[in-house]
Formats: sequence, C-alpha cells, structure tokens
Amino acid sequence: MGFFDKIREGLQKTRDKVARSIESVFNRRDPGFYQELEEILISADVGPVVSKEIVEELKAWEKTNPGATADESLAHLESSLTAIFTPASPWEESSPSKSPMVVLLVGVNGVGKTTTAGKLAARFRDAGNSVILGAADTFRAAAIEQLRKWGERLDIPVVHQKPGADPASVAFDTVRAARARGIDMAIIDTAGRLQNKQNLMNELRKIGAIIHREAPDSPVEVLLVLDATIGQNALSQLDEFVKIAPVSGLVLTKLDGTSRGGVVIALARRHKIPVRFIGVGEKTDDLLPFDPSTFVRSILRTS
Amino acid sequence: MFESLTGRLEGIFKKLTGRGGLTEQLVGETLEEIRVALLEADVSLDVVKSFTEGLSARLVGQAQKSGLTGAQQVIAEVYQEMVHILGDHRATIALASKPPTIIFMMGLQGSGKTTTAAKLALHFKGQNRRVLLVASDLARLAAIDQLKVLGEQIGVPVLLPPDGTTRPSDLYPLVKRRVIEGMYEVVIVDTAGRLTVDSALMGELKELRRLYSPKECLLVVDAMQGQEAVGVAKTFDAEIGVDGVVFTKLDGDTRGGAVLSIRQVLKKPIKFVGMGEKLDRLEAFFPDRMASRIIGMGDIQTLLEKA
Ligand SMILES: Nc1nc2c(ncn2[C@@H]2O[C@H](COP(=O)(O)OP(=O)(O)OP(=O)(O)O)[C@@H](O)[C@H]2O)c(=O)[nH]1
Ligand SMILES: Nc1nc2c(ncn2[C@@H]2O[C@H](COP(=O)(O)OP(=O)(O)OP(=O)(O)O)[C@@H](O)[C@H]2O)c(=O)[nH]1
Ligand SMILES: [Mg+2]
Ligand SMILES: [Mg+2]
Repeated sequence: MGFFDKIREGLQKTRDKVARSIESVFNRRDPGFYQELEEILISADVGPVVSKEIVEELKAWEKTNPGATADESLAHLESSLTAIFTPASPWEESSPSKSPMVVLLVGVNGVGKTTTAGKLAARFRDAGNSVILGAADTFRAAAIEQLRKWGERLDIPVVHQKPGADPASVAFDTVRAARARGIDMAIIDTAGRLQNKQNLMNELRKIGAIIHREAPDSPVEVLLVLDATIGQNALSQLDEFVKIAPVSGLVLTKLDGTSRGGVVIALARRHKIPVRFIGVGEKTDDLLPFDPSTFVRSILRTS
Repeated sequence: MFESLTGRLEGIFKKLTGRGGLTEQLVGETLEEIRVALLEADVSLDVVKSFTEGLSARLVGQAQKSGLTGAQQVIAEVYQEMVHILGDHRATIALASKPPTIIFMMGLQGSGKTTTAAKLALHFKGQNRRVLLVASDLARLAAIDQLKVLGEQIGVPVLLPPDGTTRPSDLYPLVKRRVIEGMYEVVIVDTAGRLTVDSALMGELKELRRLYSPKECLLVVDAMQGQEAVGVAKTFDAEIGVDGVVFTKLDGDTRGGAVLSIRQVLKKPIKFVGMGEKLDRLEAFFPDRMASRIIGMGDIQTLLEKA
C-alpha cells in the first residue's frame, strides 16, 4: 500500500464523517451553507474558534471571487486549513549531522508513548540510522519489558535498569551509550504522567537536564504524544506539558480510532508546535510522518 | 477531577448568594448558565437537556423554603438532579450464585484494563475471596508480563498463556481446569485493547464471551475520552453487551462530560472509578458522593436536611 493510501485508510473514521458531509454541503449550497460548514468542522473537533475563523475567511474569499466553482472554494478551504500548520524542517535533515540526536517521548498514561518509541526506532533504522532505545519508564509494571520486546522484535539495543530505578539515570546511560558507540539516534521512553501531578512533572525536568548536560551539542526533540481519541481534552494536556517541558513536536496517536481527527488542527494551532507523526494502528509501520496538506486533503475529500 | 466544571458551578452559586429569594427571572438565568457550564464540560446534549428540564421542574414555582437562601435552594436541587443522572444508587458487582464469578475487562487501547483488573482483584482479595487473574491479551507486547507483575504485587495468582498460544480462546480450557483445581470464586479476564471498528477483534471478543459466559462484562473507559466514549460504549454494548462501566484516570484533570453522560445514554451503571495508578486507587462509585465532589460546595448534606 502506498503512503497516501495508508494515510487515507488510517483516517477512515474521520473521512467518513467529514468528507461526505463536506461534499454534500458544497454541492447543495443551501442558504445555511456557512453555518453547516462550521458545524461539520466543529463536530470533527477542529474547535469552535478555528472553525469560525476558517469559515469567515472562506466567506470573505468567496465575496472577492464571485465566480468561483464549488471545487475552487473547496480548494481554498483546504489551503487555509493547511496554512494553520507550522512548517517544520523534515527530521531527516535535522537528525544525523550531530549525533546522537536524542528523542524524548512524553505524555499522559496510556497514550502510546512506548509503542511510538518502537515504531520510531523502526522508521529511523529503516532510513539508515543506527538507533538505541532507553527504557526510562521504570515505574509502570513491565514497561521495561514492553520496550525490550520492541527491541528484540526490531533487533535494536535497549538500555535499561531495574524497575524502580531513577529514570534520569537511565536517560544518562542511554545518552552515554549512544555517544560511546557513535549511534545516530537515542529514543527515550518515559512513564505516563497526568498533567496535574507535580512530582512527575519535575522528574521530567530532571531527565531533560541530564540529557543536556551529557550531550550538550546533540539536537534534542521532546515529542509530546497525544491520544487523538480524547478530542478537546488533548488541548489542556498540551497546555500543561508546554509549561514544564520544551515540547518541540507532537505525535497524535490512535487516529484510526476516532472520527474527530480534526483535533489535530486545533492542536497544531494552539502553540504552533509542529505535528511530527501520526499513529494509525498498533503495528510497526502504523506511524506516519505528518504532512499537513496530505492530512487536510484526506479528511476533506471523498476521493 | 472536573476542576473547571466545579469552578463554573461554584461561580454560578456564588452569584446567587445575596440576591435573596428565587424569582422566575433569576431561575431562568441560572438554568441557562448551568446549561452552558454542562455543555462546556462536554456533557452530551440530550443529557444536558434532561438535566435542565428536571431542574427547572424542581425550581420553578417552588416556594421559598424557610431558613434557606435562593442559592442554597439551587445547590440542593442541582445536587439531586446530578445524583439522578449519575444513576441514583450505588451499583456493585453481584457475585454469581454459583461460583466462579467471571469478570471481563474490555475497552479501547490504553484505557486502563490491565491495571483495573489488578485493582479489582485486590478489591475482592480484601473480601477474602479466592481470585484468579487471566492474562488473555496476547496482542500487546508484554501485556502478559504486566499482569504477572501486578499479580505478584498483590499476591493474586495469574494464569499465564503457555508459550506459543496464539488465540485467546485457546486459554479457556486451561482456565476451566485451574478454576476447579484452585476453587476460585472470582475470575478476572484481561483482554486486549480494541477499536470498535476492528471487526476481527470485536468478533474475537464475542467468541470469548460465548465461551466464558461472564457474569460481568466491564467496559473500562478513560475519563479523558469525552463524548466519543459514549459512542464507543454504545457499540461495545450492542456488539458484546456491557454490564457496567469503570472510569479510569479521574485523578487527572478532565472535563467530565463522559462520566456525566454515560448512565443516561447507555442505561448501564458506573460501578467503579480509578483514581490513580496505584492498585489501591479504585473506588466504588456512589452517585451521591460523586455529585457532591463535582458540586464542590461545603456541606451539602446539611443543606439537604433543611431543604
Ligand atoms: N489503534 C491504535 N492503537 C495504538 C496506537 N498507538 C498505540 N496504540 C495502543 O495503545 C495502547 C497503549 O500504548 P502504549 O505504547 O503502551 O502507551 P504508553 O503511553 O506507553 O502507556 P503508559 O506507559 O502506560 O503510560 C497499546 O495497546 C498500543 O498498542 C495507534 O496509533 N492506534
Ligand atoms: N493516573 C491514573 N493512571 C491510570 C489509571 N488507571 C490506569 N492508569 C494508567 O494508564 C496506563 C494504561 O493502563 P493499562 O492498564 O496498561 O491499560 P490497558 O487498557 O490495559 O492498555 P492496553 O492493554 O494497551 O490496551 C498505565 O500507565 C496505567 O498505570 C488511573 O485511574 N489513574
Ligand atoms: Mg509506556
Ligand atoms: Mg492491557
């Protein structure tokens, strides 16, 4: 299956809800057109404010382009939604120059951090980088075992200590090992933490400090993993995490499980942090690099 | 838990204090504010409607009660309406008349099934029941190790699939034998997370249900899920059958809409809530306690006695 088909399939639930309604309102063009369009966007969790702005923008554009066809209008809508996303330099460019590049996965409980760590490791290894994984979730039962099994499956080394060990010390070991072995990428999994738990949030800070001390020249990506099925609640998670960690990118998981994929747009807009990857399933290759225009196109258009 | 809803409601009640008795206009304004607060908390539209209608029926035309301010009267009625939409009474897990009582944990990926399975095992162990945990998630990496570790932590045996087991249904004969040998009274089966659109996995769960005939199929729902949870629950109920709901991660800061909606929409009770990662952080669900937590205003019981 090609890349484009894979995205479309992963977003099927959102597409089913959004694309068909979009097509039908554009074809019908009732007097209630703008209102309906706004409601479709809101129901896909794009968020009330953004939905309103986007529809107003379309209205204004149509006024200055009275002869526009339905298709041209839709194309305009598409491009203004796409423009919401912050352009981000592709990872392949930013990664291997100064090694190791360190990727830290953070987020609340059960969103898919460990799975994303495994999937990312596979992606980067397949792109020709050497990769090491660090099991800094020493808290959750068998979290270390879970990451080690990913390591076994992919044949990628996993740095780990005993359950209950200091997570910052595992991060330290991981970066050390990566430097010592000249590895391109160190991917560090951390324990789930709810955004209102101060002590856990402090622990994250400590991990960040250790990485900077051990690898001052390394590019560090802090990826916040968000479960797309929780809709607007993801916004408050994002707000809290940016307060305590230098979140540099977002990963939206479980998009295969929601019809409200529009939340990706609301999230991208909130703090202008680029969306890096989307998760569309549990298998190794179900993590896709995020491309705004492909994403918008996939949820708006039926074909 | 539900900080923003609680804050909103407190604001509404505060505005009422000092404004004397309840006039029709004041009731109207207050109902509108409550409606908006519930909608912002992501409560489903139908539930908001029945909530405000119920409240309106109680408040409109109600005579001023002696010794109560208008604010106190509103708080008391909001509380009672909230207890009502949360299910009125506590619902527990009734043990089967003929042991074992088999309990299924089911739900979406990452909702908290495995953790809640262990929490429930601890709960029953505390009642001196003989409990067996069954590691029936063969899909997620290290799901079995996770349950094994949790079982060790609480001293509850875990039935582990023999190496090479590929289908969860293959475990059933082993469970049957083990239950007889160990005279277990409660058997808690952890299942793999699944999306409702995944027809193969839903079919597998249906098959497991047929095999085990569980007394309780518990749907484990992440409280952070919001409205989508309600749709998910409906599908699980239609395809598999849901006997009760467990909400997890209520120790986080969520808007709470799903918790307030599910009882009315699904017509199935909430049985427990998860309040933390530790295994003793499971609480039985009492609609009245939950309602007073959400409302968050002082001593509701005293108000109610006067009302
Ligand atoms: N359908 C679907 N499931 C996913 C996706 N990503 C992860 N999952 C599943 O979500 C569940 C939780 O994933 P984990 O990787 O364990 O999540 P985590 O954030 O590490 O969880 P904790 O460490 O317990 O906080 C697992 O069952 C994964 O298989 C996705 O994109 N789609
Ligand atoms: N804070 C908090 N975390 C919880 C609660 N219940 C579960 N968790 C955490 O949520 C994450 C996912 O829990 P699991 O029990 O692994 O979820 P699951 O449904 O079995 O996940 P899969 O098997 O991957 O589908 C873990 O990090 C748990 O520690 C709760 O009530 N509060
Ligand atoms: Mg994890
Ligand atoms: Mg599990």
